[in-house]
Parts: sequence; structure tokens; C-alpha cells
Amino acid sequence: MIDLTIVWAAIIGFAIIAYVVMDGFDLGIGILFPLFAVGKDRDTAMNSIAPVWDGNETWLVMGVGGLLAAFPLAYAIILPALYAPMIAMLLGLVFRGVAFEFRWRDPAHREFWDRAFTAGSVVATFAQGIALGALLQGITVEGRAYAGGWWEWLTPFSMLTGLGLLVGYALLGACWINWKAEGGLQQQAVTYAGRLGIALLVMIGAISAASLTLEAQYSQRWLSFPGVLATAQVPLATLIVTFLFYRALRLRKDAQPFFWALGLFGLCLVGLGVSIWPDVIPARVTIWEAAAPYRSQVFMLIGAGIMIPIILAYTAWSYWVFRGKVGHEGYH
Amino acid sequence: MIEQEWAIILARAQFAFTVSFHFLFPAFSIGLASFLAVLEGLWLKTGRGVYANLYRYWLKIFAVVFAMGVVSGIVMSYQFGTNWSVFSDKAGPVIGPLMAYEVLTAFFLEAGFLGVMLFGINKVGPKLHFAATLAVAVGTFISAFWILSVNSWMHTPVGYEIAANGQFMPGDSWWTIVFNPSFPYRLVHTLLAAYLTTAFIVGAVGAWHLLKDRTNLGARKMFSMAMWMATIVAPLQILAGDFHGLNTLEHQPAKVMAMEGHYQSHPDGAPLILFGIPNSAERQVDYAVEIPKVSSLILKHDLNAPLAGLDTIPDADEPPVGIVFWAFRIMVGIGFAMLSIGLWSLFARWRKQLYDWPLLHKCALAMGPSGLVAVLAGWVVTEVGRQPFTIYGLLRTADSASPLDAPAVAASLAAFVVVYFAVFGMGIWYLLRLMQKPPEAHEPELSDAPIRTAGVTPAAAVLEGEPK
Repeated sequence: MIDLTIVWAAIIGFAIIAYVVMDGFDLGIGILFPLFAVGKDRDTAMNSIAPVWDGNETWLVMGVGGLLAAFPLAYAIILPALYAPMIAMLLGLVFRGVAFEFRWRDPAHREFWDRAFTAGSVVATFAQGIALGALLQGITVEGRAYAGGWWEWLTPFSMLTGLGLLVGYALLGACWINWKAEGGLQQQAVTYAGRLGIALLVMIGAISAASLTLEAQYSQRWLSFPGVLATAQVPLATLIVTFLFYRALRLRKDAQPFFWALGLFGLCLVGLGVSIWPDVIPARVTIWEAAAPYRSQVFMLIGAGIMIPIILAYTAWSYWVFRGKVGHEGYH
Repeated sequence: MIEQEWAIILARAQFAFTVSFHFLFPAFSIGLASFLAVLEGLWLKTGRGVYANLYRYWLKIFAVVFAMGVVSGIVMSYQFGTNWSVFSDKAGPVIGPLMAYEVLTAFFLEAGFLGVMLFGINKVGPKLHFAATLAVAVGTFISAFWILSVNSWMHTPVGYEIAANGQFMPGDSWWTIVFNPSFPYRLVHTLLAAYLTTAFIVGAVGAWHLLKDRTNLGARKMFSMAMWMATIVAPLQILAGDFHGLNTLEHQPAKVMAMEGHYQSHPDGAPLILFGIPNSAERQVDYAVEIPKVSSLILKHDLNAPLAGLDTIPDADEPPVGIVFWAFRIMVGIGFAMLSIGLWSLFARWRKQLYDWPLLHKCALAMGPSGLVAVLAGWVVTEVGRQPFTIYGLLRTADSASPLDAPAVAASLAAFVVVYFAVFGMGIWYLLRLMQKPPEAHEPELSDAPIRTAGVTPAAAVLEGEPK
């Protein structure tokens, strides 16, 4: 019989990947936003994500809602442990979401809403990166509850992962602009993508190296023989994808660099999986310890099995509708 | 007070604040989605331009309201975990799947059809567009269905088993859990409340424009439709509220005792306390204005039926009387004021004065936000009346909270208050600006704006569609 706990871990993992793939680039555009020229360039950048960004954020709700339903214990431990970053992320997303709309509504205060858009994007991204770092470095769990203080997440390592995610999302944003924009704005995006690619590689290296010191489990997974023969493929693949990314960038490809950048993210997630599988809270709680009972898993699986493909089909369709370059008029 | 108690009070305040702010938007948008469906249906059926114009007029407002509802709703999905983690751990296996269904089914319908509804009429044609409008209306209903099922289960928990680790586990039938005893009543009462909220906002906007120009066709039509709604739904709502109250008496008697202000038991018929000041220290209602035996008549349909009071409830299980007592009177008072407006409008219609009775219009205008107030008051009655439990009778609020320090919760509460008032205050101001414009004979379309994939709708694009 199929282990539904693994199925649900896969579904939650998929929601997280879908979120990073889809919301990463539009948060990245928010991060890069102040660097674009006021006026047409900013409008184009904004228009390139206008039709899709809110659908993208649905996956965030799906991820956390699924976590509550499928792994309630993990939900109950992780959210209090990450209290400050989570609240900051939510407020950032609220601010960013409305700023996005109000900038068109209120031209007199557009400069203000543009800043709010960037601030919201940076805060939300940084908070997500911190959350990742805080989970990796290990949170204090006693019994069925979080037992640390409300600043436990704040360490040099979590700052590093926060910074890493800022760089990563900014790279995705630059690649998206390269795909969707033309002329000077596209050129600008290519320049940023080139620099951010290097920066991301440095960040990945630093975070990977630092993470090996965090838990014995991580270094053992990565470095012990003969497993190292398999795990060494991940950094190797990272270098290959980086090479392909720069090659596509040099050849002036529109879409390719974006997908190679996503490939880098994918390899990071594979690396994460190597370190923590099968834990839902790294080195603390396994997916089986946190799993909801069989009846809950089955009941939800019926709904997820029907609805997720439909949602994906719709999402794909809406991206198809808005394919190609954003014109000067944009979609507005 | 010890720090842990402060942390819980702050967490409760934060949840109350964010959920109240959130609730205002769906309370309005559920009814508005149906109103839009009716308008478009009438337009397709009659071909009359006034319906198409009203549709476009209210669609702009709908877009902004819906956006704020979604943004404030995302916060709620995290707050169960950030602030009520013990509750989430224990109740997750039961309520989690219901909430997941809300995300999967309601978000899907909204994602699929909101974009078409907002911008797609020229792309898909009127019939498919009407289907999209209906789908969005149904989507708001489905969303309400699941979240109210969760909420009702917390009031009347059934169909669960308790595991060795203390978690609530689903029993053999999800049907029992979803359709728990208070759910049908709460669903009907809440949906009718949403319809009334919308009716009175629409009526107030119509009245405002009638006061300035009684010949405006759109204003006349929206006022007339809103008043029909008030005339028909207000009495139904009072009836539904009565049934909901009887259901509450059966399952949560302490809540009804607090609503009625019955500190003491009344073995031979309980009085209906109209007004008074609950005095929990003295266990009595000061300065009470009461009608003898009528409470027994309402609750037991018998003047002399005995009615138990809070003296039969252990002190540790007693809800805060004052808040419940007052919130209940605000809700009921507004309900009867709505009924009066509905009847008055019927009388005005009969005298053929519906559009030329400024006093009626002024009263309807004053009643504009009344639905929102009543909805919040009703919510306070039911939620505060459930205290001191989160899962009624089984899990105490004090045992549900996250292990957080009070300063952490205080800081987040302050941040929510500042951001919500700034951001949503701005959004509400934009809404009022939209409502201030009279409905035009040729309301512009929203045709050239983007299709959205889900949730937050493009206030910007919508608003840009206005006449320049």
C-alpha cells in the first residue's frame, strides 16, 4: 500500500516548489524595482507580473494550509518558532499587494507606493530566507511544542539565508525582466542577472558550507563514504547549470536564463532534501511523527487529487494568455 | 496578572482584531457577488441597459472589496499556527482538511472565473460571462461553507475521537463533522446577514444619489432592489436568528444565559431583559427593564417554562456576560431597525413615494453601515459567548495558545493595528470615492485591463477604467 504520509510530504513539497518558482520572480522584481527608471521602465516591470502575481501567492496559502491539514504538529511547532519572521512576511505581503494596486490608483503618491512595493517585497523575501535558515539550524522542541524564545531565529546563519534568498529572488526577477522586456530595460536586466548569478553562487557555497557545521546529520549525509559519490553530484550539477545559465545569457536568449536560474533553485531544494529527508522539522520531527491520521489524509487527498490538476491547468493557461513581451501599453 | 495570561489576552485581541477586519470584506462581497449575478441575469433576460450599467458600477466596488478580503484572509491562515499552536496541533486533523478544502475549492473557482468576470466580457461573450459571475458567487458561498463548518465544529464538536497523544481525530464519518449540529443554522444566519449587509450598503448608495437627484435611473433601481431585499430578508433573518438561538440553547446554554443576562435560574418563567447593566460581581442586571416571562416564551414557547441561569454553570466555565449581553442587543436592535426600514419602504412603495421621500432616504443612508456593525456584533456574541473554550467544552482558550512571550504578541498586535488601519483605511477611502460617483447612463467597461489568476483583484486597472 502507498504510504500517504509520503504522498502528502510530496504534495506540500510541490506547493513549496510551485510557490518559489512562481512567486520568486515577482518578489524579485519588487526587490530590483528602485533600480529601474521612473516611468515607462517601472510600468513595464510592473505590468510583466500584473496578471500573475496574485495567483502565485495562492501557493503560499496552499503550502501552509496543507501543512496544517497534513502535518498539524509541524505547523504547530514551526509557526510559533518563526513568529517574528512570519508576521513580518505577512505584513510585507499585505503592504506589497495593495501597494501594487494603489500605485495606479493614486498617481500623486506613486513614488510612495513604489517604495512600499519594494519594502514589502524585501521584507517578505528576507523573512522567508530567515525562516529557512532558522529551521535548518535547528529549533528547540520539547514534547509537542516549540520551546525556544522569540529571538531564537536570529543568528548569523539565518541572516545569511535571508540574504541568500534576496539574491536568489532578485536573480529570478532580473531573468523574468530579460524575458518579458525589450530595449534598455532588458539590457539592464541582463547586466543584473550576470552579477546576481555570481552572487548567488557565492551565497549557495557559503550557506552549504555553513550548514554542514549545524547538525551532525547534515555532514554525515553529505560527506560519508560512499554516499558522497552520490551527493557530490549536486554541487557538480550546480556548476554545470551555472555554466549553461551564463551561456544562455551570453547568447542573448530571452527565456532560457530564467529556466536555468530556476534550475539552480531546484538543485538547492534537492540539496535541502538530502540534508533533511525525511524530517519535516530538520533533525527534530519526522514526517511520520507529525502526520495527520489516515482518515484525514484520505479525505484531503480526494480533494487535492481533483483540484490541483485543475488549478495547474488554469495557471498554465493564464501564463499562456500573457506570453511574449510586454508591450509599452502593458496589460493595463 | 502573570505574563502568560497577558500573552493570551494579547493573542486573543490580535485574533479578534484581524478576523474582525477581515470579516467586514467577505460580509459585503458574498452578498455583492450574488447581487451582481442577479443584475447580469436581469440584463440578459430583459436587455435593459440600466442593469448593465449597475453591474459595471458595482463591479468596480466588488473588485476592491474582494482584494482586501483576500489580503486580510491570508493573514488568518497563518494565525492559527503563530498564535494558537496548541489548538492547531490538537484540532488540526479535524479542521485542517476542511480548511484545505476551502483553499482548494473556493480559491479555484475564484482563480478561474474572477478574471473573466472582471475583464472578460468582450473575450468570452455574455452567456459565458454570466456563467463566470455565477461561478464567483458560488465560490464565495463555498468559501463561507467550509470556514463556517470549521467554526461551527468548534462550537458543537461531534464525530471525533481523542487519540492517546491528545489530538482530536476524525471519526468514521466526515459527513458528521462537516454538518455538525450548529452548522446549518450558523450558515443560514451568516449568509442572510451577508445579504442584508450588502442590501443596506447598496440601499444607502442609492439613497445618497436619490437625495441629490431623484430622477437618476440607476439610483432608483438600486434603491428599489435593495429595499425589496430588506423587506424580504430582514424578517427571514429574524426568524433564522431565532432558530439559531434555540439551537444555541440546546448546545451552548451558557451563551444564551449571557445573552439574556440571566444570572439566576427562573423556575417559573424567565423575564426578557430589554436593557440593563450586567453586574457580574453582584450576579444581577442593574437598572433592568424587563418583561416578565417573555424570555421563557421565546426560548421555550411557554410562559411558565423554567429556565436555568448562570448559577447552574461552574464559574470557571462562564463566558464574559457584559460583552455578550451588549453585543447581542446591538445585533438585535439593528435587526429590528432593518425590519422597520424594509416595512417603511413597502409602505412608501404602496404610496408610490419610494423615490420621493427624503426622510426615508436619509434613514436608509444612515443605515448604510448597519449590516457591518450587526455582523461584527453577532460575531462577538457567538465567539465571546463560547469562552472560555476554543473547542466548546473540550479545549480551553488558555490551553490553546502558542508558547509565546507577551512582548512578542504585543509587538505584532501593534504592527497589525498600524498596517491595517493605514492600508485598509486607504482602500475604504477609495471605495467611498467610487460610491460617491452617481451611476452613469453609460458606465465604462473594464475591458482592457489584465486577467487575474486569483485572489487580489486589480483595483488599479478597475479604477483606471473610470471616465477620464
